[in-house]
Amino acid sequence: MNITEYFSLLFTDYTLGVITLGTAVLGAVCGMLGSFSVLRRQSLLGDAISHAALPGIALAFLLTGTKQTHFLLLGALISGLLGTFWIKSIVKKTRLKNDTALGLILSLFFGFGMLLLTFIQKLPNANQAGLDKYLFGQAATLMVQDVYVMIGVTGVSLFVLLLFWKELKLLLFDPDYTLTLGFNTRFLDILITGFIVLAIVLGLQTVGVVLMSAMLLAPAAAARQWTNRLSVMIFLAAIFGAFSGVLGTAISASQNNLSTGPVIVLVAAGLVLLSFVFAPQRGLLARRVRFYRNRKELNLRKTLSVMYHIAQNHKDISHPHAIKILNNFHGYTRKTLNKLEEKNWVEIRGNQWSLTAKGYQEAENFYKPNEAIQDI
Amino acid sequence: MSNAQIEIQLIAALAAMACAIPGVFLVLRKMAMISDAISHSILPGLVVGFFITQDLNSPWLILLAAVTGVLTVVLVEFIQKTRLVKEDTAIGLVFPALFSVGVILIAQNANDVHLDIDAVLLGELAFAPFDRLLVGDIDLGPKSLWVIGCILFMSLSLLILFFKELKMSTFDKGLATSLGFSPLLIHYGLMSVSSVTIVGAFDAVGAVLVVALIIAPAATAYLLTNSLKKMLILSLLFGVFSALVGYWLAHWLDASIAGSMTSVLGILFLLVFMFAPRQGVISAIFKEKQQRKEVSLLIFLLHLQNHEDPLERHINHLQEHINWHRIQAKTVVDLAKKNNLIEIENQVINLSDKGLQFTEEALKYITTNKPTAIEDLKNKFFLFRG
Repeated sequence: MNITEYFSLLFTDYTLGVITLGTAVLGAVCGMLGSFSVLRRQSLLGDAISHAALPGIALAFLLTGTKQTHFLLLGALISGLLGTFWIKSIVKKTRLKNDTALGLILSLFFGFGMLLLTFIQKLPNANQAGLDKYLFGQAATLMVQDVYVMIGVTGVSLFVLLLFWKELKLLLFDPDYTLTLGFNTRFLDILITGFIVLAIVLGLQTVGVVLMSAMLLAPAAAARQWTNRLSVMIFLAAIFGAFSGVLGTAISASQNNLSTGPVIVLVAAGLVLLSFVFAPQRGLLARRVRFYRNRKELNLRKTLSVMYHIAQNHKDISHPHAIKILNNFHGYTRKTLNKLEEKNWVEIRGNQWSLTAKGYQEAENFYKPNEAIQDI
Repeated sequence: MSNAQIEIQLIAALAAMACAIPGVFLVLRKMAMISDAISHSILPGLVVGFFITQDLNSPWLILLAAVTGVLTVVLVEFIQKTRLVKEDTAIGLVFPALFSVGVILIAQNANDVHLDIDAVLLGELAFAPFDRLLVGDIDLGPKSLWVIGCILFMSLSLLILFFKELKMSTFDKGLATSLGFSPLLIHYGLMSVSSVTIVGAFDAVGAVLVVALIIAPAATAYLLTNSLKKMLILSLLFGVFSALVGYWLAHWLDASIAGSMTSVLGILFLLVFMFAPRQGVISAIFKEKQQRKEVSLLIFLLHLQNHEDPLERHINHLQEHINWHRIQAKTVVDLAKKNNLIEIENQVINLSDKGLQFTEEALKYITTNKPTAIEDLKNKFFLFRG
């Protein structure tokens, strides 16, 4: 099956429809909530949480003996939350810094999870196969109930987001001010972290423990480049997330032997790369162009100011001078001179230039500090 | 114990020691998550290197993968410098992408590569004794023992050679720079050593667990000591301990050795986190309680000094004036009396000479905005702490 076939089958094949809807919803909710973790500089918290969820899955299986997704994800949720709170208490109670706490919990929980998984594999019980799909994700195992749960969580988190929109926005950009205004920042913090943990846990089945954090970060980091407004960013991140979810699933389904997680992550990373380069204001390309333009503009003004200083020494400001006296050092090129003439700041006759009244006025403005700054 | 068992434990212990050394500096320099990034992103380097060399223990493969690790650091720093995203996001974007490339490469060439995903995540410590280094016909032991041994030797000698420079640049970057130690050189040196170590240990314990071997011993040791040398020695010990105990735990459970090493480290950290004498949670709770009581005492003494009127200093009045519960008021008064800071006459509390002296000095510190100096004052005046 190739990708075009995949998309043509999308609307007729029930299973494909469910899977695609599931990954789209997952991408959207991850993008939405990921925006918060990117802006709060907690990008790596997601990585730690997703790894910390693994022992929960294994323990849930050991305790209940079922492979029902809901039980396993409940275990993942509990152990993810446990990991999160442990990280916070390490940072608060000891001298260890945030990065160490994250790396510690991430690797220790994951190691414990792997111990349990390998232990489970050796159990004399045929039921255990397939737990390792949680490592790299397998979207094909999504069931319609799972998708309902995802939609439910997305709805609830959207509702809460809108309900506490003002408070959360304030918390993102100025936590101290939020506290002094009397909002309960601790509650807000737990609220948003809780939803992030929930989103991560939901994604474990599709993207897997190891790569889940990228699902959270990449759409948000890409969306950040296109806008400076929180609402637009969240909206864009949701769209980017959904897009990478759907496209990633399609690619991985159309090839043999590909887990969904890595493919989705690569699609999302591609989006980030595109945004980094091509975003209209912050993008690297736009920045380059702006830099180039500024330099040209600066050269133009430099030439004009040299002309202005020459003209100052003459009674008649429009007294003609030889072009020869201008050099590169003054920012002069044939092009800048033409540009100056185009703007009606100088007149050129043969080998001579003369400043116009307009040009003189313009150059005079450079030396009036306020106006000059406004002009630039 | 069979020969193979001894060899496995030896490899595990050497790997843990090799990881612990850069780990100490990464933790102290607040760069612990970089090790996570490196350990994930060396995967594509390993796979491509494997295509070229066809030997998992080839030095070229290790070098190539280590270069990928350093490149990751450079890439993260480049993204950070564009200021499009913050540092943590840059890390979080780079390594999953590179790791995904590695995973996909493995999956697509599953038939040609003797690396599988489980090995990537868990390492193949149990199989390490089967791949032996043969010179002519002489069996020199497992290859990975030699690899990790060389890496450990390298980082130990670098550590001893550049101990002073590393120490200085870790604790006082500005001073180190002004003394002429290039911070850039030390930074990239540390990154290179970390990369090589991670690649070497990757084979034994896998991508994620190598992070545990790097961070956990160092973090645990950091909670126990304030001296860099002691911290290094402690983390080496913790590493070896986890390797040996972890091996037997895995043997008993019939589970992954790397996983059980990590779990041992986890339990060790949990114990230290709870019970460490100065940094532990329990001691922090005690310290907090003590401080609360001592602050109350300070307020109480200053209150006494502030009021001349005996009515204001009557024992019953005090309780309602400072708005304390009866029990709290009693403990504070008892503490003050125990320390000879107050005298009680007809239920009116007076500051003793010692108390007067204490409050005067404390006030001096408070008004000159040096409240931290009060800690020394407490040591001088208090026979009994809260």
